[in-house]
Amino acid sequence: MTFLEWTEGPLWYGASAIFVVGAAWRLFGILRLGRRVELSRPRASAASGALAAIVRHALPRGEYVERTWYHVVAGYLFHLGLFALLLFAAPHVAFIHDRLLGVGWTPLPRWAFIVVAELAFAGLILLWVRRICDPVMRQISDRDDHLGTWLTFIAMLTGCLALQETSPVLRGIHMLCVEVWMVYFPFSRLMHAFTWVLSRGFMGANYGRRGVSP
Amino acid sequence: MTVHTRPEKPSAEAAVQAFLGQIDASIASYLETCVHCGECAEACHFYEVTKDPRYTPTWKLQPMVRAYKRHLAPFSGLKRALGLAPSEVTLDELEEWSELVYDACTMCARCTVVCPMGIDIATAIRRMREGMVAAGVAPEGLHEASDRALNTGSPLGLTLRVLQKQIADQEKETGIPVPVDVKGADYLVILSAMELIGFPEVIGALSRIFKQANVSWTFSSAAFEATNVGVQIGSKEIATSLLGRVVDAAEALEVKYLISPECGHAYGALKWEGPNMMGRNYEFEVIHILELLEELRLEGRLRIGGKDSRRLAFHDPCQIVRRGGVVAEPRNLMAAVAANQVVTAHAGINNYCCGGGGGVSSNHRAEELRFKAFAVKKRQLEEAGGVDALVTACANCRNVLEEAIDEYEMDLPVLSLTELLAEYLEPEGGAG
Repeated sequence: MTFLEWTEGPLWYGASAIFVVGAAWRLFGILRLGRRVELSRPRASAASGALAAIVRHALPRGEYVERTWYHVVAGYLFHLGLFALLLFAAPHVAFIHDRLLGVGWTPLPRWAFIVVAELAFAGLILLWVRRICDPVMRQISDRDDHLGTWLTFIAMLTGCLALQETSPVLRGIHMLCVEVWMVYFPFSRLMHAFTWVLSRGFMGANYGRRGVSP
Repeated sequence: MTVHTRPEKPSAEAAVQAFLGQIDASIASYLETCVHCGECAEACHFYEVTKDPRYTPTWKLQPMVRAYKRHLAPFSGLKRALGLAPSEVTLDELEEWSELVYDACTMCARCTVVCPMGIDIATAIRRMREGMVAAGVAPEGLHEASDRALNTGSPLGLTLRVLQKQIADQEKETGIPVPVDVKGADYLVILSAMELIGFPEVIGALSRIFKQANVSWTFSSAAFEATNVGVQIGSKEIATSLLGRVVDAAEALEVKYLISPECGHAYGALKWEGPNMMGRNYEFEVIHILELLEELRLEGRLRIGGKDSRRLAFHDPCQIVRRGGVVAEPRNLMAAVAANQVVTAHAGINNYCCGGGGGVSSNHRAEELRFKAFAVKKRQLEEAGGVDALVTACANCRNVLEEAIDEYEMDLPVLSLTELLAEYLEPEGGAG
């Protein structure tokens, strides 16, 4: 079995299993704590409040942008870029078609991939530079923040190196880096990719029943 | 029943147990989801005026986060076994965090608004304070206020005689008798401690408004204070005991409504936290005074006969507006009575806190920081071109703002919205 076959075979299945089971266990571990029954009489709908918060907190708040613009810009660059790469990079579309869903869609043209990748890298680097330079960010950051950033950066970088598809080893290295990232994911703050729905939803429901959507 | 206000001896273990007891799925989701982006710092008035990174709201939760991640979070057992779990919280750390949790947080929830993950840090801090009380690291000022409240019903130690004296003065002033202990009245009025001692004119204002609107109302001699220092210090036991007195009095008088006064945390304690603490809903409804006034205005029972021509700005009390949901009412009432209303930047649910909510004003050691935080409000008013007076609907905000205004040697009256409306009531016999 070649290195690429290993990374696209047993290692891929192992990492996927850890990713799926670990993330599900983490979500279950939060939800199993239950929620206190609210006895106060609601002024408005908790469900509407939850939905409003889920949407509203995805958007930058105009009143604060003067102070938060750096993080807002870098955050959007990175996240939108990452999702575009993840879902529309040609090798990913092929992988999704062949190995995961059996369906595919039109991938990004090469020039668009380059632009999107540069924006995603710029966003991630800007976020990390802020993390190591800003006194607030230095105060609140921990090992997990840096490790998550670097694993993501390396997965993206090796993906770019593998884009030419000139060498199966480069593709294998990218697969291996993604698998390490997937194994790390459920145990780390990267889980915010799923838990944001819970935090926004719980907060929105709490305030929604009070008749306000902060 | 004896209410325990202080532990026998300081204990980090007690704090950890209390933290864990406070964490349900919603709090867990908050502690799990924080990505350490630091945006919350940019919304916090304490950080804004000091630039001290320790005042970053999410950092204030650190001890509870660590206790959760060490003992309760998914994979915590595995991480402990591998030596990857956070270390146990120590008493020294809790003592250090007492300043961050009590002096530098008013639970105003401005950080909640800005958080991209929607983390409700204010609610988490409220829960965390339960652990701080259990550990014995809550500030002495709040303990003293709790003791006074449990002994007398008032955090300022105000007794029934004080209420009777203020009622007598206001009856003399307005010529309107103030009803006390009227069984079957529609509305029970209670006041904040600060109103009772510092702003008793609100009693006369309510008398005049309710007379015009033909409202059936009463005071209770058994419970006349709404301030709930238990919610501020973070003790469900104290909070429930204080709340129980008010609920018992309202139910004994068989009122339909309890009016939450111009007091921020009282509203949250009575309306939102109260039924959960009591373990049942009440036999009456809680209505905020601003909600009632707006209702009466819309029904044509509260008639305003003129408008104040000064440049007036409304200071939104966090617990009534951002965390309470009473958002439109103060704006509508201000529009009805203020001819030259100044709307400051961030007014409404984004407004800056007065700096003294959440028990900070009862916490003597926080005074200097509280005054510093007022610089944000001052700037807000200056950017709006200055105002002739501030109007608010929380007696604690009013007192905190007045003290800060004195400290900054400014000349700026702070008015109660209820009193302002009463001042401009249509004269008896109609507008003509």
